[in-house]
Amino acid sequence: MNQEIYSKLKDIIKPYLPEDVNPESIEPQSHLVNDLNINSTHLVDIVLDVEDAFDITIEDDELNKMDTVAASIALIDEKLATR
Amino acid sequence: MTHEEIVQKLPYGPPFLFVDRITEVSQKHIKGEYMFKDTCDFYKGHFVNFPVTPGVILIECMMQIGLVSLGIYLLRDKNFDLKSTATVAVVEHQARFLKPVFPNENVTVVSDLEYFRFHKLKSQVKMLNAAGEVVCQGVFSGILKPGDAKS
Repeated sequence: MNQEIYSKLKDIIKPYLPEDVNPESIEPQSHLVNDLNINSTHLVDIVLDVEDAFDITIEDDELNKMDTVAASIALIDEKLATR
Repeated sequence: MTHEEIVQKLPYGPPFLFVDRITEVSQKHIKGEYMFKDTCDFYKGHFVNFPVTPGVILIECMMQIGLVSLGIYLLRDKNFDLKSTATVAVVEHQARFLKPVFPNENVTVVSDLEYFRFHKLKSQVKMLNAAGEVVCQGVFSGILKPGDAKS
């Protein structure tokens, strides 16, 4: 797993966490919706922030691939490789 | 899609339709008008002896023109019906109120799209009075999803 992407992604996710979720609890296996309680509209904000931060484009049908932190990192990694 | 068709596709009806007409629309912006008639029920209680249009109603009007009408236009090539199978939901708004709107005032709402992606539409929306003064402005977003109502 790419540590650099991981730490950047954590910083992107943090502002969208509900108050009752500790930012320290973010782990690679965390499911964004089920574990981190991020609502679906904030998921859109996270995707847009990810696009800006990594200068990549995530297609509409790829949103559902970003279900866990690790899966999101894999998708970002793949996008960076094919850029 | 004509301006009239946009209004016809709105999923609202009296007493909660706050769009009289759309006057301009493009892929990036929309402009529309509404007149708050003095017969509206809420003026009886907001406020007693001093009718002023409630801020929440101004926001509703801004959302109906600035988000929902614009979304209907942007999705015009997709065959969908907001009155049956689609979802409309407000997500957030940051609004600043600058002037009151009294009964029988005509307002214009202007909305400039920031993005419409993954069913989320975000826009900078302004409401102006007949004198052209900004009465309310803010950043609004909502979900507009054609197709099956479950998300």
